Amino acid sequence: MSDVTARPRAVGLPMDRIDGEQKVTGTATYAYEWPLDQPVYLFPLQSTIAVGRITGVDGALAEAEPGVLAVLSHLNAPTLTRPDDPELAVLQSDEVAWRGQFIGAVVAESLETARRAAGLVRVDYESRPPDVMLRADRDDLYSPVHAAAFGTGGGELQDGSPADSVLGDVETALAASPTMVDATYSTPMYHNNPMEPHTAVVTWSDGELVVRCSSQGVTMSRALISGVLGLEPARVRVVSPHVGGAFGSKVYPHSYAVLAAMAARIVRRPVKFTLTRQQMFALVGYRPASIQRIRLAAGRDGRLTAIAHDVIEQTAKAKGYAEQVGVCSRMMYAAPHRRTTHRLAPLDVPVPTIMRAPGEAQGMYALESALDEMAIACGLDPVEFRIRNEPEVHPESGLPFSSCHLTECLREGARRAGWDRRDPAPRSRREGRWLVGTGVACSTYPSPRYPGNAATIRIGPDGRYTVRIAAADMGTGTWTALTQIAADALSVPVGQVEMRIGDSALPAASVAGFSAGINSWGTAIWEAADRLRARLRAEHDGIAPPEGLEVTAELPGGNPEAERYAMHSFGAQFAEVRIDEDTGEVRVARLLGMFDVGRVINPKTARSQLIGGMTQGMSMALFEHSVLDPRFGHVVNHDFAQYHIASHADVHAVEAHWLDQPDPFTNPMGAKGLGEVGIVGTAAAIANAVHHATGVRIRELPITLDKLVS
Amino acid sequence: MRPFRYERADEVSAAVTTLVREPEAAYLAGGTNLVDLMRLEVMTPEVLIDVRRLTSDRIEELPDGGLRIGAAVTGSDLAADLRVRRRYPVLSQALLSGASGQLRNLATTGGNLLQRTRCPYFQNVTTPCNKRAPGSGCSALEGYQRDMAILGASPACVATHPSDMAVALAALDAVVTVAGPDAERRIPLTELHRLPDTTPERDTVLERGELITGVELPPPHGAARSRYRKVRDRASYAFALVSVAVALEVADGSVRDVRIALGGVAHKPWRAATAEAVLRGAPATRESFMDAAAAELSAARPLPGNAFKVPLARNTMVSTLLELLEEAR
Repeated sequence: MSDVTARPRAVGLPMDRIDGEQKVTGTATYAYEWPLDQPVYLFPLQSTIAVGRITGVDGALAEAEPGVLAVLSHLNAPTLTRPDDPELAVLQSDEVAWRGQFIGAVVAESLETARRAAGLVRVDYESRPPDVMLRADRDDLYSPVHAAAFGTGGGELQDGSPADSVLGDVETALAASPTMVDATYSTPMYHNNPMEPHTAVVTWSDGELVVRCSSQGVTMSRALISGVLGLEPARVRVVSPHVGGAFGSKVYPHSYAVLAAMAARIVRRPVKFTLTRQQMFALVGYRPASIQRIRLAAGRDGRLTAIAHDVIEQTAKAKGYAEQVGVCSRMMYAAPHRRTTHRLAPLDVPVPTIMRAPGEAQGMYALESALDEMAIACGLDPVEFRIRNEPEVHPESGLPFSSCHLTECLREGARRAGWDRRDPAPRSRREGRWLVGTGVACSTYPSPRYPGNAATIRIGPDGRYTVRIAAADMGTGTWTALTQIAADALSVPVGQVEMRIGDSALPAASVAGFSAGINSWGTAIWEAADRLRARLRAEHDGIAPPEGLEVTAELPGGNPEAERYAMHSFGAQFAEVRIDEDTGEVRVARLLGMFDVGRVINPKTARSQLIGGMTQGMSMALFEHSVLDPRFGHVVNHDFAQYHIASHADVHAVEAHWLDQPDPFTNPMGAKGLGEVGIVGTAAAIANAVHHATGVRIRELPITLDKLVS
Repeated sequence: MRPFRYERADEVSAAVTTLVREPEAAYLAGGTNLVDLMRLEVMTPEVLIDVRRLTSDRIEELPDGGLRIGAAVTGSDLAADLRVRRRYPVLSQALLSGASGQLRNLATTGGNLLQRTRCPYFQNVTTPCNKRAPGSGCSALEGYQRDMAILGASPACVATHPSDMAVALAALDAVVTVAGPDAERRIPLTELHRLPDTTPERDTVLERGELITGVELPPPHGAARSRYRKVRDRASYAFALVSVAVALEVADGSVRDVRIALGGVAHKPWRAATAEAVLRGAPATRESFMDAAAAELSAARPLPGNAFKVPLARNTMVSTLLELLEEAR
């Protein structure tokens, strides 16, 4: 592969989104809007108990409603071929494993009729008291053995890494240390809540299934849906050109697509199904709650000697999900003695899933809060303390970083934030009734490349290129960025490139997740472009033949350099908060992030991603919180009026900057992932700023005013 | 949502007659709360009687210097009215602190007063709720209590009234005019809403068929300055954890007159009569304000999940009074 620097042209330019006009004029067709001939509508039935058994279903009243075509339940649902996945295996038994689980559906000529009739179905249960509360003193905590039900990777945690890690002797180092921090932090359940609800619009024709949905990865969606329905993957097509946000919740859970496909097969009509906001709180995943104990030891020189990060997190009894909450403590800071553990609390709750920066978002809140506590305990500036403890190499694996400019992020971020003017004493700054404080925290996220990608590029006789790959644009600008990459890889203007994505009929692609999208898809496109250029030169004197020329590059593996280098994006975030001393209301006056994300493909969409992540991080720090009711087992605040996401009025100055230093090993473009790093560390920067403003250390998110009012 | 019939009456009396005749009927104005509740099947009227065009959508001067607000006046129009902004700033501020621009464009003054609690258990038909299903029990009593009442609640119901506008109107001594099957009547706003007691299914004292036709504001009190301060979990688009509507008139360093109402703390807009009594004639100082707030909140009976509302209500009352005092100087 050649290096991008040889031919940069579109990469690095703030191109407008190529789908922008369609979106603002309402002509971008989202899944539910797809026009169909005589569709029918599905409304699901959800369990109203959290755990137990269905003893009876009476759908007679519903079936008698004019316009109702079918009432589905476990009594009449088709048998699925993969009942081993309790999330996908909808309506396969009378067991209820969480409140709000699919237990049936009504299909009718109109949505209103389906919804009305769903309310007429009588379901009887045998119910047992649910167990939904996460506590550290539970006696049933277990070490995750295999979380591979999520994806195909092995390993004990969801990212494939081991549950525990040990280096040296943490206990002895802690006992011998002059300075120590021992603190427990907790994070609540968070729900992804993309604007566009999860949708499946399903048509069967000639034994072939077409699912129009909102998906972060149509190739994997096709594999999961075809697998559970017992169909050849070639007979299933998943189409998802536009995705109205996802934040991880549109990677795995496809129960709604399975339910819609079942219904379509029974009624032999196209079926439209979209979840209500309330239903999304029980059916499409969430970030699981965590309790994290962090212990740090430091010497008199302000260098860490021990780091221990012990994580307890919530999972569903129905299906284990183990998030890599403590892995950030395996790589962020140097210390000779270190330990991380992950334990799961199995609860009668909905199945969790990936949510933006799964693991790091919660883990770095705890670690970076503890770092702040330790810097204060050592009498050191929190920026300098972090720089002093930066590792030379990955502290556990010993691998060098492919690139790491964290110190520059901290120094340059501090300069821009005016950090040198900061009086470190808590409660040292007051403006009227407001207490003002500033805080810092680091960000990090891995920058992996996924296997299983292929890209096809065709040059037509007119010299125009068509690039095909089953990638996904979640609204982040991927479509545009990939077009820029393809144009540069082909050494042509972007106007000569047409990019096709979001359809499983296109060459296979890995999911949009783990900040791996551009890295994985861009590399496949780059490789295909190289091969096409080579063939054009070798076989056609560099001129498109009349019949055109098509080349496919398949990259079955990931990044071979990952054996030799640890690959991560980094960042430093600075927060200025204001707290009303009378009411405890917290306002974030300024957020500033300085990031090391390799070469930025499109500064416009990259900035949008980063400030979006930081805003979501603020929302995580101050507002969002899914409240589980211990008696009923449901999320109490299951709508946008009650589940508080940062409103416009909460968002003041949010700045994202980056160093623009290409990474030599991640991919030919020199880019690193930036989809998730923006949300990592924001909550800690805000919590640290709240401490600076008030002298109060909040170790339990979200930081709501009740924790500050007195 | 269940099927329903839609009717539009030509005059108020016809609407009232229809509602009294129909066993399961409801008035429809802006619909911003009712339609949500119908979708959730929390409310299941068989007939909707559209009253939006029946009542006035105008704000008119009263001979005594007050204003008459038609029941169909939207939140947006009321908040933007120059007379309201000049003479009753607390009302305009309260309106603008609630809902969103889109909702205020649709929601009416009458409907605002009659909106239902946003208690999450009331809004979820799969959980017990005495207000929605009398006798089924109160889920909030042992459940999620953040938004629940600290004053005037009962073992049957700890829900709060969600309106901001009504809190300001309570402080302003507004009077609600009502048309009914027999006669028109006038109800002081502070007496419109009920405490839950053993019948939380009844939000107000309105009798079956009664329709709010307008709200009358008495002339603004002398030199009183007024303010609405809303404290909530985010800066916009959230219901009040605690809100305070205050009108304060100070003369010679003493409180000549004061009106205080609290929101987010009770089943109704809570006129803080005890605090007012402590303050009238007292020195206009932080100490007096603290004493008054403490006196009012001595009746508070918080739940474990909302005990923070007591210091929050106290602090918010005191700081709002202090701000008005500061401006009066």
